[in-house]
Amino acid sequence: MTLLGLYNYWIFILLLVVGLYAVLVKGNYVKRMIGLGIFQSAVFLLYITMDKVEGGTGPIMQGVPVPGQIYANPIPQVLILTAIVVGIAVTALGLALAIRIREEYGSIEESDIRRLDHES
Amino acid sequence: MSDASLILLAMALPLFFAGAIALTGSNRNLRDSVMVGSTLILFATVLSLLPSVNAGGRPSVALFDIMPGLTLGFSIEPLGMIFALVASGLWVLTSLYGIGYMRGAKEKHQTRFFACFSIAIFAALGVAFAENMFTLFIFYEVLSLSTYPLVAHKGNEEAKRGARIYLGILLGTSIGLMLPAMLVTWYMAGTLTFQPGGILQDKVSRSVGAILLILYMFGIGKAALMPFHRWLPSAMVAPTPVSALLHAVAVVKAGVFTVLKVAVYLFGLDYLQSLWSADFVMWVAAFTLLSASIVALQKTNLKARLAYSTISQLAYIVLGAMLANELAIVGGGLHIVMHAFGKITLFFCAGAIYVAAHKTEISQMDGLGRKMPITMFAFLLGALSVIGAPPLGGFWSKWHLMLGAVDAQQQIMIAVFLLSTLLNIAYLLPPVIRAFLLPPPKDDHDDHGDKHAPHGVGHRFGLAEAPLFCLVPLCLTAIGTVLLFFFVDPIRGLIQSVFTGVM
Amino acid sequence: MTLTEQFPVLVVVLPLFVAPLLALLASRGNLPWLVATVTSALTFAMAIALAAQVMQTGVIYYELGNWPVPFGIGLTIGPLSAMMLMIISGASTVALVAGRESMNAEVGKAHQALLYSCWLLAMTGLLGITVTGDAFNIFVFMEISSLASYVMVANGPKRQALTASFKYLVTGTLGATFYLIGVGYLYMMTGTLNIADMAVRLADVSDTLPVMIAGGFVILGVALKAALFPMHAWMPNAYQRAPTPVAIFFAACATKVALFVMLRFQYELLLPNLGPQAAFLSSWLIPLCVGGFLVGSAVAMFERDLKRMLGYSSVAQLGYIVLGISLANSAGVTAAMIHFFNHALIKAALFVAVAGMVLRFGSSNIEQLAGVGKRMPWTTLGFVLAGVSLIGVPLTAGFISKWYLIQAVLELGGLGILLTILILVSSLMAVVYIWKVVEVAYFKEPIDGQSMVGVRETPMPLLVVLWVLVLANIWFGIDPSIPITLAEQEAAGFFGGTR
Repeated sequence: MTLLGLYNYWIFILLLVVGLYAVLVKGNYVKRMIGLGIFQSAVFLLYITMDKVEGGTGPIMQGVPVPGQIYANPIPQVLILTAIVVGIAVTALGLALAIRIREEYGSIEESDIRRLDHES
Repeated sequence: MSDASLILLAMALPLFFAGAIALTGSNRNLRDSVMVGSTLILFATVLSLLPSVNAGGRPSVALFDIMPGLTLGFSIEPLGMIFALVASGLWVLTSLYGIGYMRGAKEKHQTRFFACFSIAIFAALGVAFAENMFTLFIFYEVLSLSTYPLVAHKGNEEAKRGARIYLGILLGTSIGLMLPAMLVTWYMAGTLTFQPGGILQDKVSRSVGAILLILYMFGIGKAALMPFHRWLPSAMVAPTPVSALLHAVAVVKAGVFTVLKVAVYLFGLDYLQSLWSADFVMWVAAFTLLSASIVALQKTNLKARLAYSTISQLAYIVLGAMLANELAIVGGGLHIVMHAFGKITLFFCAGAIYVAAHKTEISQMDGLGRKMPITMFAFLLGALSVIGAPPLGGFWSKWHLMLGAVDAQQQIMIAVFLLSTLLNIAYLLPPVIRAFLLPPPKDDHDDHGDKHAPHGVGHRFGLAEAPLFCLVPLCLTAIGTVLLFFFVDPIRGLIQSVFTGVM
Repeated sequence: MTLTEQFPVLVVVLPLFVAPLLALLASRGNLPWLVATVTSALTFAMAIALAAQVMQTGVIYYELGNWPVPFGIGLTIGPLSAMMLMIISGASTVALVAGRESMNAEVGKAHQALLYSCWLLAMTGLLGITVTGDAFNIFVFMEISSLASYVMVANGPKRQALTASFKYLVTGTLGATFYLIGVGYLYMMTGTLNIADMAVRLADVSDTLPVMIAGGFVILGVALKAALFPMHAWMPNAYQRAPTPVAIFFAACATKVALFVMLRFQYELLLPNLGPQAAFLSSWLIPLCVGGFLVGSAVAMFERDLKRMLGYSSVAQLGYIVLGISLANSAGVTAAMIHFFNHALIKAALFVAVAGMVLRFGSSNIEQLAGVGKRMPWTTLGFVLAGVSLIGVPLTAGFISKWYLIQAVLELGGLGILLTILILVSSLMAVVYIWKVVEVAYFKEPIDGQSMVGVRETPMPLLVVLWVLVLANIWFGIDPSIPITLAEQEAAGFFGGTR
């Protein structure tokens, strides 16, 4: 397996780091949520790509089983569906919080909020 | 009643009475009668255990295992018996005195005060009767915590500060030094049970043992070894009965008792003699002895002077423990008794002087002997006992300690003892001399004071003694110091049975 | 098919099914609270029954839907899981019973049905993590409980609760995602998600890089969720801003469940199979733990808000637990498990007392609580006794934990002595911050401008719960046989028994 052949892992790492950067460094709450989303997508890609099998097909029997047929394991896809749903819930909740924060503070920038908290 | 049940009864009584006191708090006279009654019953119970111990028996009862191998158990041996007798006996007098003092000085929160007193005695008895170091540690900590409200009693800033130092040093040393020492002992020796000859002999190497000794000795903060002595003067913010309790009855005595128990029953005298740190601690004790006496010389507040005197006297016992021979241990054990009686007399007098004449500084005490001759005479007796002059009991303990120093070939310690005796004379006798021989200060507002002070004894004769409840206890303890000179043999014999008796 | 045989799954399913029903209820009077409390109490009863069964007969296995493992999901209830079930459901019940009035005061009655519904979901998630035997299932339950927790924290009385919840959300999701990555790699290498099966299969692939990376990611993810130093910042913040009953519940058990996961992975999968590398990972954890308990205690000494102070204290206490876990010996893991139990008791008691004080005084700022000892003597006394247990004074539960932990640490020889000293130093720091509260409570007069008119002792339910917890602290300080037995059974299972 050449280095370039492992391209799916490289993409995974890239997205992971980008997402992590956004979460840790950005001060805008919505941008943080975006970063979180990217971060989570990285993991989804990892799982999905890990179970790709060359020449594999879905494990569904249609009539007589074909000898020599390779089936791809569907479990990682199942896992990732669950994780995607969790990710949606987290994003929804995070954005809802961001909206509420906007209502309470008038801003979604970390620096503004910190200043307002200090003053009060 | 079997010995085992007597032990449990002696432990349960103070707790029960603490509750009774809390409940009868509203009726002052009832509460105080309950208090005094409980002390008498307790003393009787403890006394009834004496015959067995005298005969060589070791009454014991094991309650249960808290953790595998670590039992909450009690087993009385001679040192513990003596400490328990001193504690419970003097407690009778301290509670009588406390009633008089608190009423006389119109202190608040008396119910809380007496209830905490009871719990403190419970803890002190727990320390005295402990069968193993684990049980002792438990009650040692309960003692620290239960005396905190007593020290902080007055509730003002000063009291708070003093109490903070008190608890800080005591908990700091016990958790920071004594607990690790215990844990390492348990880890290496596999047991924490007190045994004659010690438990460390073959299990722990000398180098580790030496470090353990240092941890234990400095970890026993209640023995006020320098540099952990600051809590004693800080605790003087408490009302005088508390000081009496701390200095004579419970707290410091628990400290030096623990020192003796650790030396004799955890380390064992032979093992102890072979450790280099025993010499080191001995020198620290000697230093504490002398420097505390020098500081005491400079204190003008009577209670402060007495506090530093106690630090010095406690160092005697630690020194004796480090000399690690039979004579020195006997001396140390005797000193627990002698110093208790001597010091409590002095503190009772200091408190009586405050209640009757509202004086706290020694300079104010000139000519007091005319108004309070009984008190000052008792003070004289107590002072002489602490100084170690015959025919007072304190002579015997110093004598044995000095003999122990000779036996251990530490003749220089004799010089230390003698020097300290001189210093004792220098700081204890002047107040008495001034009281009897000097005229009262010109601006003495004695008549003023009398209008506010309760009518003390002898008012009719132109005297202004403290109330009866204060006066009687201090007379009794003063007489005790004299009696102890003549009746020292049973006590000495009991301590010596530590070395001859079987466990 | 008796009901008791279904307990392993019922204990998770009951709150799960009640939660949506509760959300549909109108927020009328105390009805939501009542439903939540009854559910919680029933779950607690089931947990106790399970624990009793485990203590007698050993590990309980249950297959969901009768699908054989490893094709289906299996539930495994060992001694530690049983202990955790009791802690979680117990903490929930305690917090609900004690916190009714606090919840009314801090959150208001309007959305209580939804809030209590989230409470039950959080409890479901936490319970599920402890019973399941499937690694991915852990992730699912972890996220269920976390999402519910984010909502619960966000309902705090002040607007800072929102930002606190957001930060908690971000950190928690990062943690969960790292965990997911780790599980992904493990699945890649072993082909199974069932933990017991994985343990067997890992032996063949144990020195491959992905497995070691997986171990690292799992531990990191769980450490984020467990507020291990230096990733602890979200926790004191969240505890301070959440409604106090929520703080009671979480302080007692939420982070511990994450540590439970760490413990299981470490001892069932990583250590037996990775050997030296896992030991190396452990040695990395030890300085973090030390940092945790020193920094946690030190910051707690200077905190001005009582809830925040207790949050930092928790950081320290969790440091002790992870220290026990990272020692990689039987004594260490036993000590850690004992402290799971004892710390839950201690922190629950402390937060219940704080709930009472906040209810009556309206603030958790320490200076504002001056004179609370006079107004609320029983509450304050309960706080002091729980604080004494936190410090580790003998005859309390906290002392037992410290004793076991230090005994475990001493097995490391020289390093052990250093660790012992550091542990005791942080205990002394605990003395400082507990005593700070004691002094303000007993020695200061209530400040002017505070309307003291209505201040009386806390409501009965809270007081009763507080004293039950305090007495439990003392009971388990004198007779710790139950937690010790469970802990030792579990440790024996890790180190040479069968599972």
